[in-house]
Amino acid sequence: MAYSDISRSISELIESHGIPKREVYLDNENSGQIIPEALKAMEDAYRWSGRGHPSITHLMGWISYQALYEATLRITSAINCSPEEIIYTHSGTEANNLAITGSALSSPNKRKILVSSIEHLSVVFPAERLEKQGFKVIKIPVNKDGFVNLDFISKHVDRETLIVSVAVVNHEIGTIQDVEAVRDTVRDKNKDVLIHTDACDALGKIPLDMKKLDVDLASFSSHKIYGPKGVGALYVKEGVRLEPIIHGQLSTQKLWPGVENVPGIIGFSKAVEYMHNNFKENVLRMIKLRDRLINGILERVDHAMLNGPFGEKRAPDNVNISFLYCEGEALTVELSLNGIYVSSGSACTSRVLEPSHVLLAIGRRHEEAHGSLLMKVTPFHVLEDIEYVLDVLPDAVKRLRSISPVKPLKQVR
Amino acid sequence: MSSRVPLTYGKKVIELFRSPKNLGKIDNADAEALAGSLACGDMIAIYLKIDETNGKIVDAKFESYGCAANIAAASILTEMIKGKSLQDAWKVSWKEVSDELGGLPSVKYHCGVLAVGALRRAIRDYYADKPKPDWLPQELTREEKQALEEEKLMEILSRRAQKSSAN
Ligand SMILES: Cc1ncc(COP(=O)(O)O)c(C=O)c1O
Repeated sequence: MAYSDISRSISELIESHGIPKREVYLDNENSGQIIPEALKAMEDAYRWSGRGHPSITHLMGWISYQALYEATLRITSAINCSPEEIIYTHSGTEANNLAITGSALSSPNKRKILVSSIEHLSVVFPAERLEKQGFKVIKIPVNKDGFVNLDFISKHVDRETLIVSVAVVNHEIGTIQDVEAVRDTVRDKNKDVLIHTDACDALGKIPLDMKKLDVDLASFSSHKIYGPKGVGALYVKEGVRLEPIIHGQLSTQKLWPGVENVPGIIGFSKAVEYMHNNFKENVLRMIKLRDRLINGILERVDHAMLNGPFGEKRAPDNVNISFLYCEGEALTVELSLNGIYVSSGSACTSRVLEPSHVLLAIGRRHEEAHGSLLMKVTPFHVLEDIEYVLDVLPDAVKRLRSISPVKPLKQVR
Repeated sequence: MSSRVPLTYGKKVIELFRSPKNLGKIDNADAEALAGSLACGDMIAIYLKIDETNGKIVDAKFESYGCAANIAAASILTEMIKGKSLQDAWKVSWKEVSDELGGLPSVKYHCGVLAVGALRRAIRDYYADKPKPDWLPQELTREEKQALEEEKLMEILSRRAQKSSAN
């Protein structure tokens, strides 16, 4: 379809969908709202402090440099590292690409890469691209709750190994991984292997202290903690060498050339600060909402199953449930018509034939993955939002199941 | 979980998704068939009531497991074939189904294909124990083959996933 046709049909679609009376936004995996303080700080930055290029020698450049530096301090004081260890990118995806591909370019003799089988595609795809160029890529298996197999890691790390990448929090099923145990397992076998962790979904939601975590590389994404979209960062531990993977005019940082998105970074830093300063209340609130949502659904809908671990080892915001005999994309549309915005691991939403690789890796069957819904609560939701979802969701599932031929009919071949 | 290519539907898809026409089973259907599978995430059942004297479709219904486009495609197809002879119904293409829905995005073409595949299986089902008319090809048509391929592929993929996944 031509771009103009698409945009016409989207306008029609939005019109016939209509704006629902009540709305609950739970698609915070994909993106979401921005914290008002962050938005305000960005607006100020666009008007004044973030106007100049931070590496140019005039007043506006220096002011911009200063604003960038202050933003960086907000971030580094929240995660406990030094400002020199932060490289800004324009997304979490870019940070992950830089970690994987940048390390491969810097040590061309080490040809083995281990990534967990449930990593975000922005880790999986750069690794698979390197595989095509002759690297050996090994996917670390996980158990039914998404925890990586440490024995497997220990068995496969050797002198050839370049990097091991395991996310702190899995973005789909909320598994909080024991990254310190992964780190120790790897270093026991070979202390030179780089440890990368995708922390995009962990920041602001679980305690993160880079000194304690002691990995070599960690990725962050602003919009995952209610900052602006299109801002990311890679923590690169002092002494770790990477090669740039994009090239252009240098700014204040060698590894990611091009002018920094100073207003965006300021917004990101304000979101980090907000989540850091209100960490305890936020987490307690999210856990309460999360558990109400999970328990409410499992009580009210049969043939429903939680994906990922129960309890403490689950990210405070993550709800991922499979509904059998109910296709997830249709469910997202049905819920949308009722003002509830969520996503699904169904193949239909990802535009490929196969459903979520994360759900398959934890042993879900295809039909279970197709029927999955991913919802993420935020500190900004209220209990009434969850109750509204609990009112609407069972009927939505029921209606779609009533349309389905699944149980009764024999397969004619 | 998703790419930037917008997944748009025409408003017809949303209309039919909201209030599908011809939804349900036909008791004592003269022909019925299923295409797709749970593993594909896509499944359409078609039920037909046929007037034996003239070979015309007097009633058509569907059931569907799948995305909004899948439900809409099956629904619109049953609308399109009601009152048609089996021979004319056989000729309905997935493209016509797509056009009738205001044009499906390319990633959703297979929904139209699956609906047509299910219909053609149902028509074959009708002639299973009757003399076959000349217009009914012996070879599977593209739509039928594609439905079959999708089913087979998913069977393989899903078996492979089961083998390599968590213990
Ligand atoms: C775990 C994880 N890594 C990476 C990303 C990508 O971040 P971005 O959307 O900023 O490219 C996401 C975003 O959804 C994520 O959840």
